[in-house]
Amino acid sequence: MHLLEPRAHPSQLMKWLSPLIAIALMLITGSLLFLALDKNPIEAFKVFFIDPLTSSYGWGELLIKASPLILIAQGLAIGFRARIFNIGAEGQLIMGALFGGGIAITFQGMTGWWILPLMVIGGAIGGALWGALPALLKTQFNAEETLTTLMLNYVATFILLYMVNGPWRDPAGMNFPQSIMFDGSTLLPILIEGSRVNASVFITLFAVFAFWLFTSRSFLSYQLEVGGQAPAASRYAGFSAKRTVWFSLCISGMMAGIAGVGEIAGPVGQLNPNISPGYGFAAIIVAYLGRLNPIGMVLSGFLMALLYLGGEAAQMSMQLPAAITGLFQGMLLFFLLGSDAFIENRLRRRAGAKPA
Amino acid sequence: MLDLVPILAGTLAAGTPLIFAGLGELVTERTGVINLGVEGMMLIGAVAGFACAAETGMGAGAGLLAGAAAGMGAALLFAILALSLAANQAACGLALTIFGVGLSAFIGQHYVSYSLPGLKPWDIPLLSDIPFLGKVLFHQDFVVYLSIIAFGIVWWVLAKTRLGLLLKAVGESPEAAHAIGYPVLAIRYGATLFGGAMAGIGGAYLSTVYTPLWVENMVAGRGWIAIALVVFATWKPARLMLGAYLFGGVTILQFQAQALGINLPVQLLAALPYAATIVVLVVISRDRKVLQMNLPASLGKSFLP
Repeated sequence: MHLLEPRAHPSQLMKWLSPLIAIALMLITGSLLFLALDKNPIEAFKVFFIDPLTSSYGWGELLIKASPLILIAQGLAIGFRARIFNIGAEGQLIMGALFGGGIAITFQGMTGWWILPLMVIGGAIGGALWGALPALLKTQFNAEETLTTLMLNYVATFILLYMVNGPWRDPAGMNFPQSIMFDGSTLLPILIEGSRVNASVFITLFAVFAFWLFTSRSFLSYQLEVGGQAPAASRYAGFSAKRTVWFSLCISGMMAGIAGVGEIAGPVGQLNPNISPGYGFAAIIVAYLGRLNPIGMVLSGFLMALLYLGGEAAQMSMQLPAAITGLFQGMLLFFLLGSDAFIENRLRRRAGAKPA
Repeated sequence: MLDLVPILAGTLAAGTPLIFAGLGELVTERTGVINLGVEGMMLIGAVAGFACAAETGMGAGAGLLAGAAAGMGAALLFAILALSLAANQAACGLALTIFGVGLSAFIGQHYVSYSLPGLKPWDIPLLSDIPFLGKVLFHQDFVVYLSIIAFGIVWWVLAKTRLGLLLKAVGESPEAAHAIGYPVLAIRYGATLFGGAMAGIGGAYLSTVYTPLWVENMVAGRGWIAIALVVFATWKPARLMLGAYLFGGVTILQFQAQALGINLPVQLLAALPYAATIVVLVVISRDRKVLQMNLPASLGKSFLP
């Protein structure tokens, strides 16, 4: 059963080939799945991966789906590099949307260039607060962030449900659990006529640049990495493990919060229970698939966005359930982890032979 | 007047899926493996159990078996990656959850708006005639009794048997266990598959007995709560039981809130079990000594001999 042994020098090239291998394996498994469902795999892949990109509208959709994923992944990667497993981006996104949405509802009908920036700042604060809570619980009470961030996703979801069913329900909304539709100064301006691409793309673009600068050029980024991976060593060097926890959770919460505002002030245009199709979780895969590298995550963000689009297309034209997107996402992460294992380790030369 | 019988009886039923999933994860973690895929395994178990019960008409019993088998299959995926390939356990568990959410929704698509007959409670002869307690404890469906038997077995194996000793030894020091000739990987595989089967039963209980109809994502975080319960229990089965019923009680609270005079909106009541999990985690984690008393020393670390 002992298949592997550690490699002395893991290959850097393979580190980047591994995601491609994972994608290939996902496609192969996907074909088998389509065959099992009595669908022509080639036809299915055309529907899934090609058709969504044959129109300019499709490219626009790709952009507005990739944008929040990339934004959230950039923040998460800071934490992952420091071994802080924040899996609460979904809740942080919702909190950001609630803060930004609250501002939009308050200033509805008013005009002013300052409303949108205020919403974005509000969303950043909301997300950061939701990230700061597990940071507090970890640094003060030693509570694992994996579980607390995850639980806070559910809490945030129920707060959202309460707000759209209660105080912020649209009185003219036919009793649906949703807020008023945002308009005017509370909506992000559309960039390309006839699409839904909006100005939030610039926020993502700016964030990618900032995070690239931060991770490749700054000493703080190095401190964070050491602080998470070897708390004892970093204490010795005068870094604080607590600061690492605070910084990475707040920054990733902030990014998710801004992504939340991007949704409610963009394609969704209101607060409702479905503001995120699981972006917070998908962004985890985006981060790993992009090797926690700011540019790598742009590529993986587009791939993951394509999976969402393909899922929608397959739902409409092939009567496949939308859940197929989640299935592909999970498979992709599985294959990535599996193929990564062969970078750190290699097959034993003789199966079953035990080293002396 | 407030009737305590349905509240307490409901608490037992609400705690039952947590007991199965929690006991399974407890055994897995005792061997040094942390599987964060419990939520995914429960969902896969839930959909398999529901599909089996709906397609065969053989009822919840068959559904539970199918759930166990499916949960075990899901755990096998995790084990191949995390144990044989020594991939990061936390990431593998997360992948399993994401995969499980997708797979269960995909398969469950066919069963949306189906419902199953559910299970009638069994009255334990004589005991169920005891006033009050009889109605609470001995007028339950058979799975509730089964969960208590499962607890007894897990407790006994861990505390009293050689196998239990071996499981714990592997969790403490896989190197030492390997050096004296124990098959570390096989033991970890066994414990992980057991954890999967138990999570699968927990999930199948939810879909075939507790609320016998299919709803997407119906496990609703109970898998994560089960993982948190293992921490709360400081890896001891008896405390896990206590914790599971505590959470069962909090869950029931939202249905009985009005009777209890609690006037909160339903959505905020529904958030209570998750908030309570955080509070409990904080309380138990505060004292590192208590937390580490039974913490398996190699938890989460891969072992390649």
